[in-house]
Amino acid sequence: MIRFENVTKRFPDGTEALKDISLVLPTHELTAVIGPSGCGKTTLMKMINKLEKPTAGSIYIDEKPINGMDEVQLRRSIGYVIQRIGLFPHMTISDNVALVPKLLEWPKAKKEERVRELLELVGLDPAIYMDRYPLELSGGQQQRVGVIRALAGDPNIVLMDEPFSALDPISREQLQDELRNLQQTIKKTIVFVTHDMDEALKIADSIILMRDGQVEQTGTPQQLIDNPANEFVRNFIGVERINQKRTFGEKRLMEFLDLFTADWAGDAKKISADSSIEEAFLQLDESDQDYLAVVQDGRIIAYANDRDLLKAALAKETGVLA
Amino acid sequence: MRNFLDTLVSRQDMIISAFLEHIYLSFVAVAIGIAIALPLGIIITRYRRYAEPIIGVTAVFQTIPSLALFGFLVPILGIGSPTALIALIIYALLPILRNTYAGIVGVDGSTIEAGRGMGMTRTQILRQIELPLALPFIMAGIRTATVLTVGIATLATFVGAGGLGDIIYRGLQSYNNSLVLAGALPVAFLAIGFDQILKWIEKRATPKGLKT
Ligand SMILES: Nc1ncnc2c1ncn2[C@@H]1O[C@H](COP(=O)(O)OP(=O)(O)O)[C@@H](O)[C@H]1O
Ligand SMILES: [Mg+2]
Repeated sequence: MIRFENVTKRFPDGTEALKDISLVLPTHELTAVIGPSGCGKTTLMKMINKLEKPTAGSIYIDEKPINGMDEVQLRRSIGYVIQRIGLFPHMTISDNVALVPKLLEWPKAKKEERVRELLELVGLDPAIYMDRYPLELSGGQQQRVGVIRALAGDPNIVLMDEPFSALDPISREQLQDELRNLQQTIKKTIVFVTHDMDEALKIADSIILMRDGQVEQTGTPQQLIDNPANEFVRNFIGVERINQKRTFGEKRLMEFLDLFTADWAGDAKKISADSSIEEAFLQLDESDQDYLAVVQDGRIIAYANDRDLLKAALAKETGVLA
Repeated sequence: MRNFLDTLVSRQDMIISAFLEHIYLSFVAVAIGIAIALPLGIIITRYRRYAEPIIGVTAVFQTIPSLALFGFLVPILGIGSPTALIALIIYALLPILRNTYAGIVGVDGSTIEAGRGMGMTRTQILRQIELPLALPFIMAGIRTATVLTVGIATLATFVGAGGLGDIIYRGLQSYNNSLVLAGALPVAFLAIGFDQILKWIEKRATPKGLKT
């Protein structure tokens, strides 16, 4: 758990980037920090690995104040994906990914093993990519390397600053999905800065919405949509999205099958593909499982968790998000 | 032409020793120039407030005509190779200093921040990120300094430090065009040769990932 306690940041030029912020980022969850440009998202994130230091207040990781921690050691224990990719152009993909393991002085074999494992994790064939240089990769591939480089030292916490904002919409969607799936397995504490509400709604377990150095509202994507705290939050989420959720809640599940998950190994409560999304939300709430199995003609044709349902509820037209 | 070849043969010993002196002067001047300008260039990237003034001072030295600079140094240091070396070093400083500074400052800030954020120390960032990425610039600076020094070292003869300038000067005094040529051609070849060799090294020094 990362906890901010009355953190204020004033830059030497007088800019107050954070104003008395107190909040908690839960362990093993992906928290999206969102807000308009210049609201202090990056500054907030950099506080966690001491790239910026608070003017007042304290930050705790698992209740230990980071204040007294050695900053180099701390940073090596936290994954970091910077706003502009920041791969080292003169190092091979392998050397880029193995950077933190090298700083941590892992044995050679272990480093190499780790690089291979991570490249495979994001669908980059180690045989092809290990010895390539960053500039020989596409934007999407570079960004994948940026993400796995942050995971290389097996940190508990990963900080990501608008990692996908420079990508084209298709790669972006793809990487969002990959990150989401990845998080299912790695269960890191991820702080994900973005200015894109669609992105936040899609990937976050919880959202911190900021404005002008302050926190406007925190909650799950659904809480934010159901109960926007004020006009700013409502506008930022988009009145359109909120209304859409209301009307589209009555649409039937079968219209959104392509937004759902194809495979799911665990138990899931069955629901007819004719049911409405509204109905599905209720059923999922009552069930102990994370997923609903969507059934048509006695066969399971897809699985849906609350995120999938939310996606369906927010889809502008049938199939657009697919 | 015949005349020229005769001169080369008859003055062989003198030409060779002047040639070696010339190389020695240029080489030592550039080596010391690197030893001073490279660390200084790195230091001023850490204290950027002082960068402009320091580069400015070396730039002023650069604009002093070379013969005049030799002239200023003689009353202070007397004649001999130290005087020539010091003058040459002063000329070698600026290109190396300026390129080292520009090369390091030019490294993309996000690359450095990524290194910092992943827990690299300042020394690690310098050695593993900044220097490798600035190396092509630094090498270009050394190349410029070398070519410059080889040229200006012809003036070393005026402070009694020898070099190919000796041959040229003697040839001029005795209206012996062949002798002038016997001094001037090696200087030109030296400059061109060093330039080519260093250009090749510069290419090799460019980090592989940056060649597209
Ligand atoms: N080093 C700095 N010096 C002065 N002001 C800064 C500095 N870094 C950021 N700021 C200011 O602090 C505010 C928040 O910046 P930032 O955290 O980068 O915003 P965001 O990431 O939300 O776009 C902005 O007004 C920005 O101009
Ligand atoms: Mg930012």
